[in-house]
Amino acid sequence: MKICITSKSNESDSDIEPRFGRAPYFIMANTETGEFETKENPASSATGGAGIQAAQEVAKIQADVLITGNVGPNAYDVLSTAGIEVVTTSGVSVKEAIEQYNKGTLEKVSGPTAKAHAGMGRGQGRGGRK
Amino acid sequence: MIGSSKLVQTTPAVDMITTETPNMKITVASGKGGTGKTTVAVNFFLSVPKTSLLDCDVEEPNSNLFLHNDLEKVKEVTIPVPVIDEQKCEHCGKCADFCNYNALAALPQKVMVFSDLCHGCGGCSLVCPNDAISETGRNIGNIERSFSGQFHTGLLNIGEAMASPLIKELKNYAGENTVIMDAPPGTACPMITTVEDTDYCILVTEPTPFGLNDLKLAAEVVREMKIPAGVVINRAGVGDGGVEEYCQQTGLPIIMEIPYDRRIAEAYSEGIPFVETMPQWKDKFLQMFETIKEAVR
Repeated sequence: MKICITSKSNESDSDIEPRFGRAPYFIMANTETGEFETKENPASSATGGAGIQAAQEVAKIQADVLITGNVGPNAYDVLSTAGIEVVTTSGVSVKEAIEQYNKGTLEKVSGPTAKAHAGMGRGQGRGGRK
Repeated sequence: MIGSSKLVQTTPAVDMITTETPNMKITVASGKGGTGKTTVAVNFFLSVPKTSLLDCDVEEPNSNLFLHNDLEKVKEVTIPVPVIDEQKCEHCGKCADFCNYNALAALPQKVMVFSDLCHGCGGCSLVCPNDAISETGRNIGNIERSFSGQFHTGLLNIGEAMASPLIKELKNYAGENTVIMDAPPGTACPMITTVEDTDYCILVTEPTPFGLNDLKLAAEVVREMKIPAGVVINRAGVGDGGVEEYCQQTGLPIIMEIPYDRRIAEAYSEGIPFVETMPQWKDKFLQMFETIKEAVR
């Protein structure tokens, strides 16, 4: 099984990134081989629709599970259409998040956990107003 | 109340209009909101004969609060958004790669369309190798006009983000006369769409540090667009001399000052353009029109 975790940096002991669409990195953990792979999130600096593009990337790398802090409505639509299980956690490292998931202490979400644009920083993401 | 009756243009008291008036496109813009764009646009329109007015502030059009026209809908504006034919689609993902606004998500078994994010460029259907993308119209708002046809306004749907396509469509209703366009505030796409391809831009500001800060932004935009501009200082007498100093330094002409006057504020609060209660101001707007004509010539 492949687990994708949003991460603040490209190390498996770094903290998870609570924002999904604008997460700087995705870390993929393969539960069968115990291997880690990192990938930059191409959507992290998108002018708009970051969650959509990020979700498309997670589907492209064929993750079965996504562990993140929050997902917005558009990202959730894409992830659920792609059949990816979404679980949320906070304040832990990437490794700890995987342990939590394996122990079964993380709950699967059944809908968006944040409003659209919740992960935008100041001055970012106004690309919709064109 | 005078404000409840319809206002029409009247013949000016003085004969200042030259016979062969060139038909110009004049925008009334500002960086800062609430400086008096609509006040200037409406009073200018009522003072200068043979002009039309377009309210391009389609997110919150308010010119008609002062004109009291009955309006009729003339057009429903749509933008083209993609429809995917899943029978033809091979899920190559080229459409989603092309879209700069992430309005498409290409999944291994399905392409999802997020119409709200689509800017209607049509690029996805061009890059699709399987001809699987057709287009359908998505309504973004309407264009309404007064029965005289001298006034048009755009009205963007509530919650809609795509103001620019509606403004572009609205500008097609400019007609043959000189047209005055009330622009949206700020310096983002809707303002630029309004100012684009016009002959002159009136920048309305207030003489405060806030007004100055946003005037600078707007002035830089019109300078970049190579559109001649002049400044109207509204509520002159409040604040400081920063705006005048800036105009002097940059060679931006101040073409009118509207004083901070209780009578103007009272007329405004009742929905009455102040040229109706203080008709001597019509001459000042006509003078400003002459100044603009000179600058455009």
